[in-house]
Amino acid sequence: MARWTPERRRKAGIKAGFSVYYALFILFIYGPMIAMFLLSFQGKRGGTGFPMRGFGIYWWEKLLEPSTVGDLQGALGRSLILALIVMVITALFSTMLAMAFRKKFIGSGALFYTVMAGLMVPGILLSLGLASLMRQLGISPNWWSSGLGVHVVWTLPFGFLVMMAVFNRFDSRLEEAARDMGADEWTVFKEITFPLILPGIVAAGLFGFTLSYDEFARTSLLAGEYNTLPLDINSSLTQRIRPNLFALGTASTIFSLFLIGLFLVIYTVLYRRSR
Amino acid sequence: MSTAEDIAPEAPAQGASHHQGLVGRQPIAPDVIAKAKAAKREEGFPVLWLIAPATLWLLVFLVLPLVGIVVFSFWEATGHGMAPGFTLDHYREFFSAEGFFDPESRRYLTPTIFIRTLWTTFSYTAMVMLICLAVGYPIAYFLALQVQQFKWQLALFLLAMVPFWTSYLIRAVAWLPMLGRRGLLNTFLVEIGIVDKPVGFLLYSEFGYMMALVQLYVVLGIGPIFFSLAKIDKSILEAARDMGATPFQIFREIIGPLSLPGVAIGMIFIFVMLMGEFATAVVVYGGKTSTTGTVILNYYAIANYPFAAVNALMLMLAMMIGVVIILRIVDIRKEL
Repeated sequence: MARWTPERRRKAGIKAGFSVYYALFILFIYGPMIAMFLLSFQGKRGGTGFPMRGFGIYWWEKLLEPSTVGDLQGALGRSLILALIVMVITALFSTMLAMAFRKKFIGSGALFYTVMAGLMVPGILLSLGLASLMRQLGISPNWWSSGLGVHVVWTLPFGFLVMMAVFNRFDSRLEEAARDMGADEWTVFKEITFPLILPGIVAAGLFGFTLSYDEFARTSLLAGEYNTLPLDINSSLTQRIRPNLFALGTASTIFSLFLIGLFLVIYTVLYRRSR
Repeated sequence: MSTAEDIAPEAPAQGASHHQGLVGRQPIAPDVIAKAKAAKREEGFPVLWLIAPATLWLLVFLVLPLVGIVVFSFWEATGHGMAPGFTLDHYREFFSAEGFFDPESRRYLTPTIFIRTLWTTFSYTAMVMLICLAVGYPIAYFLALQVQQFKWQLALFLLAMVPFWTSYLIRAVAWLPMLGRRGLLNTFLVEIGIVDKPVGFLLYSEFGYMMALVQLYVVLGIGPIFFSLAKIDKSILEAARDMGATPFQIFREIIGPLSLPGVAIGMIFIFVMLMGEFATAVVVYGGKTSTTGTVILNYYAIANYPFAAVNALMLMLAMMIGVVIILRIVDIRKEL
């Protein structure tokens, strides 16, 4: 054990101060979710506040019953399907775009900023623009058409940045070697490029999945007749709030956490394999 | 895909000449070099095919809607929709309706409700952004420069960033059981005796609204700041320390300036997201304040699309002004 010089003691003090601040910050970030989590186990006759009256899974069971307002199960299904499609398209587009950006081409600057604009333009603007445009053209919005469209606009920049980072650290000599040995472009891609960038592709896709699954503003005017899950939650806010909303929120958060965990596992496995 | 056929027969010859060059130092035939160069230029899939699908997608779902907003802002409102035309009425309404009209000077003395709403949106955004920065910077600093082990750094960083991947709407809703009259915070305050009965100013108040906004958006700033701090070469800090710089000097001269790009990117990110904000005000503030986002939705709901478009354009304009101000303070291009 090294001696406690004043310098070391001061440093340890600063670090301890920061650690306490970090802990308070985490409490601030997660506090509301913890409150929601606790109240989702509220007893049957309990309300949306403390103290809790009893303890049970009454409100969780309520989630599984056919709901009188809204269509929870249907909305969840639509959100999942939408997120899956967005995931595939995001992974595909961001890989293709990042591969194109390995070379210089005319208009690459404009395209880069257009992709990034998807990140910067508020969802409400995109929603308004596309919804009024479609209305004028007589096309009715649907979650699987216009909803899908704006979701990909939102997820693409994230996937694109991931893939750009992947190709920045990519060793092109491996591909050149394969080409020199006579491999055609498809073989080079299939045998060399793809296995090496697979972790990145998975990351881009899962980014797309979670961002789409949680997206609300962009779909607000564009989902059409059938709601996605965030829209369903939003419309349930106009009713009297009951603990089943907290159960739903908790379930959704746990699902998101599960996705992040899954993502980390898949990424670690693929990353190790690609080395 | 002409590259494939071109390269395949050429490859053995190339390899052979290369080998020869190593052994006998004979010059490589010029036509081989020319062919190799030609093949090199066509390496990889054709760019056009790679960018076409995404470009088309962005044109339809990003560029067209934005162009639409600009065009529709000049169209006529028909009461149940809009009709092609050219009118500046909606802009006039945005800038002059409902303001106090002074007959003497024939001028409107107070700004309209729409301008005031935009101003409220802007000032809330600026305020929350600065609080996010003040709250988030020390976290990023702690993670990047105080935590030594990479394993811990990653774990604590992920723990702070996880909320970004959970539903934003649910995180807003979660403030209800936290701040309500019978919420967790009030119960806690009564329990430890700070207040003797639950206080009502936590929820549906400016206080609660700001708290919720900070909690919702602070993570967006921590990421970029963390990455710019983590990039700093630790040996520079050590050198400064060895030369007798105080921690404050090190921060002012080295860490602060080097983290500016991250700060700017985080601020822009938070700013832009907050400007488009509309749901939190309803959930946590009980709709007591409206943002330009809510105005847009309201006018969309009564089918006055051109006026919604004008509000959207003004929001966009305010956003751009905000981003320019941020970039004025921090020149990212110079810092990168």
